[in-house]
Amino acid sequence: MRDLFAVAMMFGIYSLLTAALFMDLDAADVAFTEAAVGAGVTTILLLSSLRLTGRWERRPKHSPLLPLVVVGVTGAALIYGTLDIPSLGDPEAPAHQHVAPHYIENAPKEMGIPNIVTAVLASYRGFDTLGETLVIFTAGLGVFLLLGTNDGARPRPGQTAIGSQPVLRLVVKVLIPFILLYALYVQLHGEYGAGGGFQAGVIFATGMVLYDLVFGDGDARLVIPARWLPRLAAFGVLVYGSVGLYALLHGRPFLDYTVLAEDPVAGRHLGILLVELGIGICVFAVVLSIFYALSGRRRQL
Amino acid sequence: MSNVSDLFNYWVVVFLMMAGFYVVIAQGNLIKKLVGLGLFQASVFIFYISLGFVEGGIAPILEEGVSNYANPLPHVLILTAIVVSVATTAVGLALAVRIYEAYGSVEEDDIHALDLKADESDEATSEKSEDLTQ
Repeated sequence: MRDLFAVAMMFGIYSLLTAALFMDLDAADVAFTEAAVGAGVTTILLLSSLRLTGRWERRPKHSPLLPLVVVGVTGAALIYGTLDIPSLGDPEAPAHQHVAPHYIENAPKEMGIPNIVTAVLASYRGFDTLGETLVIFTAGLGVFLLLGTNDGARPRPGQTAIGSQPVLRLVVKVLIPFILLYALYVQLHGEYGAGGGFQAGVIFATGMVLYDLVFGDGDARLVIPARWLPRLAAFGVLVYGSVGLYALLHGRPFLDYTVLAEDPVAGRHLGILLVELGIGICVFAVVLSIFYALSGRRRQL
Repeated sequence: MSNVSDLFNYWVVVFLMMAGFYVVIAQGNLIKKLVGLGLFQASVFIFYISLGFVEGGIAPILEEGVSNYANPLPHVLILTAIVVSVATTAVGLALAVRIYEAYGSVEEDDIHALDLKADESDEATSEKSEDLTQ
């Protein structure tokens, strides 16, 4: 396909189908994330950069023969490897024997929350998640360094990328409060149902992106100025890190939530809430600032 | 030896992974390469989630009277990986935008040709300066 616009759209559809597949494989939290990130944010970011680099791709001059051979050989090796994998859904598979039963058995007792994914994410593997949050923060910083924050770009109220669309404006105006409310629900209800900081951050950012697309970039920047976002992202990471440091100051290991309350279970519950909040703020700020950076840049050359 | 239908998921994963791999190594357009990378990433996600699937289980959110759940660990790993993947893709896109501004193109061949030309003119000027010093 030479039209990169079509490529971006197909990629969005592919992500949505992947999300449906995850749902079918009992991974509700993951499906949720993939639908919000893959089908929503990634497509928007791809389209914004296409605006800057051009829509059409040139026909490649090289022969596709060598890459095809390489891909074929690698694929054959991988297929051979799959023959040793335990069959799909086998409860005796080694992957289900190690720590997973421990999590499923003890998470409700130790954490007091029913969503095991959230318990593992924010508590059992809190170190990992702190690392991931830092990676996201660093990626946001990288985009800043490459493209700048576009603080100087004057807001142009009323000017939109898609022109004036009365029907769209009305629909978006009705929908946005619900999207933002839903994001808050996902954030605060993540321990009970599917959801959590990562999804909530992305959904909240998507709501703002939608507002920006339909009402022009001046308006969204008046609500949340671009210069707040780096600080907001850093604040999110700070919330996460200071929960860990608070435990250290009380003579406990880093990220030990039991110090947060008298009762260890209540302490862990509170710790998970705070950590998820930090993640949510950081993810929201990074996603929105990346969008601002890409969409606010004028086409140069 | 497992049944063919038991491994079908993994074969789909391999197919998608190779499709993404092909796009990354065979296409010249940098944006398209990033899409290929996304395809590759998504196939790895499907692979992990397939590994975590348990026959007859439900999503790992506790319910009374149910003891069979999908493995929550791959879910956690992939959940964070998805959000990290969008952040890293954004860095890639930002790099592509800057490359476009510097070279006027995101096609690999053009960029390579421009680099070669710049190298040649560098060598020419350095030779000239050597001549002058002699």
